[in-house]
Order: sequence, then structure tokens, then C-alpha cells
Amino acid sequence: MTRPSPDVSWESRAFWGGGERGQLMIHRCHACGGWFHPPAPACYRCRSTDVRPEPASGRATVVAFTINEHQWLASFPPPYVIAIVELADDPSVRLTTNIVGCEPAAVHIGMSVEVEFDQAAADVWVPIFHPVVPQAAS
Amino acid sequence: MSAPVVNPLGGRAVITGIGQSAVGRRLGRSGYDLTLEACVRAVADAGLTIDDIDGIATYPGPTSPGPGFSGAGAMQVHDALGLRTRWHLGTAETAGQLGPIMNACLAVAAGVANHVVCFRSVWESTAQAGGTRADSLSRMPSRASGFMEWTAPFAAMSAANWVALMASRYQHQHGLTREQLAQIALTCRRNASLNPNSVYRTPLTMDGYLAARMISTPLCLYDCDVPADGAVAVIVSRREAAAGLARSPITVEAFGAGLAERHTWDQRADLTTMGAHDAAASMWDMTTLTPADVDTMQLYDGFSYLTLQWIEALGFCARGDAGRYIEGGERIALEGERPLNTQGGQLSGGRLHGVGFLHEACVQLWREGGDRQIRKDVRFAVAGAGGGPIAGCILVSLT
Repeated sequence: MTRPSPDVSWESRAFWGGGERGQLMIHRCHACGGWFHPPAPACYRCRSTDVRPEPASGRATVVAFTINEHQWLASFPPPYVIAIVELADDPSVRLTTNIVGCEPAAVHIGMSVEVEFDQAAADVWVPIFHPVVPQAAS
Repeated sequence: MSAPVVNPLGGRAVITGIGQSAVGRRLGRSGYDLTLEACVRAVADAGLTIDDIDGIATYPGPTSPGPGFSGAGAMQVHDALGLRTRWHLGTAETAGQLGPIMNACLAVAAGVANHVVCFRSVWESTAQAGGTRADSLSRMPSRASGFMEWTAPFAAMSAANWVALMASRYQHQHGLTREQLAQIALTCRRNASLNPNSVYRTPLTMDGYLAARMISTPLCLYDCDVPADGAVAVIVSRREAAAGLARSPITVEAFGAGLAERHTWDQRADLTTMGAHDAAASMWDMTTLTPADVDTMQLYDGFSYLTLQWIEALGFCARGDAGRYIEGGERIALEGERPLNTQGGQLSGGRLHGVGFLHEACVQLWREGGDRQIRKDVRFAVAGAGGGPIAGCILVSLT
């Protein structure tokens, strides 16, 4: 399984690189305290530019998911689960990600998950999530 | 969004002609060629000559994120037709595929131009021939940038995946069965069977829909449109300049270009809404007309779930009630209270990517639908295009 790598930008370097140290790095505003994603040089809520990446807890909840059954990439065969998760640190921050470590059919909205990383390139550790309580294979 | 705005059009922008190229799978013609065919037909349809055209507008311009996504840029058409224009535009950073048409309306309303040829063309079927759509994704640059930076590393390569995520949330929050969602594909196929220019005309049954392979749950094969070749053009004219032309001009009553949240597919506060909700709200802010006035809906169905979202966004049903609104299909059928996608949509009519819906709204208002013509009076029609944060809608009338 080879993942496409992102074109890492100035703003996204911490997000894609944090996995090297096991850290989910999310931008946070130090004026209003809010977290946000994707990273940008200003907080979309209060417009402060006092923003920087910080390690988040890595805990999250599945709020939407799909079992992809079509082969889009020769290097990444289906089925696999794509999900949107809300971070425990700030539920307004969501990540599109994969759910791994359980059968696709076991994934459900409301599921508690935590981050792990899959290195895709020398500078890229992709944050993906597995169930907090391992699900029995069905 | 803040207070309602004054209608900037004041009835001064009208549609005077429409044109469509050949439409089909693997036509073996270039997008540039198809584009010119549609534009020349639209000019003739309006009773104009090429020399009358003094403006040109298109989405997305010459840049193409994948093979065949853009048939031609505005400047290519300008060159090939020897245009002498006073105003031009080709862009993707706008209110979806209909965005440049809104700008054309503003241009004629302001008196900058008299007759603007507006087009959208694709030739994804021919340009991607020799491989599958998945192959074309594999040929993308080695590093994903732009929005794809946040999807490609998770192998969420297709809008099918991004739309499926939103559909799963809607199912969870509001309820939506596969049988309800199927009505979009089934309605489009029935209408396509009455349209000689549509791509898929063989009958599709509920059983056939339910048995189709899944692409990305809950979306199956028939919930996804298919690459096609084809171009669509409309002529937007200044009302005074349209006097004496061949057709009764169609009035552009209002348009919706609003975007009230961040331009992302996954950060919107309510994942069961889209940019369409903002666009629709800004359109209704521009007019005293209401959803009850609309006789037919021509709404984007690149994926069936998007059509459902547009129906709800435009206020044809209550929030969360779109599944029940289309249940059984009677309301949205050609004979129903508010017929939907009468040309077959993109699902069965062909993936003309947005502007085909405005074209069909005009066909129905001018009562030129032939076998697929809505029997009852059609005075007001709405076209909506786009998905996720990409959205724009236009309300047109012939009264």
C-alpha cells in the first residue's frame, strides 16, 4: 500500500512531519485559544496571526465514513475506510483520514479512535486512526 | 449573511440563445472542436452573428486538473472565432460552473457588453480513452497539492468519496434510504429515455439500482456520473440589445453566489449542508420570488446525493427532509409537481458539468423539450450546479 504524498507547504510542514515524533500537530490560535485545520497563517475565527502548530491529544470521534470499494490507485487496493473525525481537543476541527485496525464493517459514527502514523515519504507521516478499543474481527 | 441586497440585474440580463454540441461517450473529437460547435450554434440560435458577440465567459478556463476537464479556454474560442470583445472571463475560482454566467449577467446589466457567449465544455471521455478514470488519477503529479493535499494521502481520490462522506452523515442525522436516493438516478434515466441527445437511455429499475456495485458507500455505480464529451453554450444579452431577436428573451431573475463558510469539503459546521445552502440563500435574498414559484428544478447530479442537497438548499423541502421529498419519485417526475433534471441530468444525459442544467431550464421555458417537455405551464425554472463548497444557482423566467 503506497499512499500519494502531499505537496508539503510552509503551513502544513508541522502537520505532515509531526508523526516522526508521534505527534498530531494541529494549528492553534493563541489569541482565542481555538484550534483549526487546514493550517493557515491566521485564525479564521478571530483573524489573529498569533497561530502555531501544537500537539493535539490524538483522540477523536468518527462523524462520517465511507467504505471505498472502487480501485482508484493501483498501489492502494480497496476496500478501505475513509472517515471524517472530530478531534477530542476541539470538535470543530475535523480531519479526513482512514480508519484502520478493524474490519471496515465495524466502523460506525460515534466510534472513538486514536491516531497512528503511516510514513509515506521522507518528510511525510500520514495521520490515520484506529479504534480505541480494538474491535473484534467479524 | 447580512441584510438582503438590491437585485443588481433589474431584469436587464436575458438569455437569447442556447447551443449544444454533439454529446456522447468517446466521440473522438477534441474539446476545442466541440466548444466551437456549441458556441456557434448558440449564436445562431439567438439570431445573432459572430460579429454581434462582444463578450465571452467560461468555467474553468484553460487549466485542467485532469485530462479533458476543460475543453477550451475563453481565449482559444476568442482566437478561433476572431472575436472582438469588450469583456472576457475564464476562471474556476467562482461560484461553481455557473459563476462566469453570473458575471456575464452583471456585465450586460452594467452595459459593458451586449451579447456574451458563455460556455462549458468537457471531453473527459475521449481524453481519458485508453485507460480508466482511475488510471487518469494515477497519472496525477507525484505530490498532491491544493485541496487534494488533504484527501489524496488517504486514498480519498474521487469526489465520489468526499460526497459519500457527507451522505453518510446525512443518513445518520436525518435518515436517507438507498431506495429514496435511487429516485434521483431512476428519474434521470426515465427522462433521458425521452431525450435523443442523452448518453444512457436503456431502462433502469429499482432492482437494477440496488444490485449495482458499490463505489463508495452509500453511493453505487448509478449514483455517479460518467465522463462524457460535450459542450454547452448560452448567450447572455443586455435586454435592450435583444429587442427584435428571434426568441422571447428569458429573464435572469436572480443568482446565488454566496459562500458563508470556509471553502473546504470537511470543515463546514453542519456536514449535512453544503455551499449550495449559502448560494441558495443569497439567491432568494435577491428576489421576491420564492421556491413555491419554481416550476422545474435542474440540479447538479454529478453524484445523486448532491441533487438531494440542492433540493433542500433551495427550500423545496424542510431541512433534513429531502429523502422523504423524493420518495417514490412522483413529485420530481416529468408529470409531477416539480419535474427534476428533465434532460436526464448528468447521470444519464451526460456529464456536461453544470451548464447543461441552465441549458435545459431554457429548453423547458421555450417549450422545445419534444418528448420530454413538461406538459404544464413552465414560467420559472432554477438551475443549480456544484458540490461541496463549490456552488452557484440561477433563477430564470419566461412570462
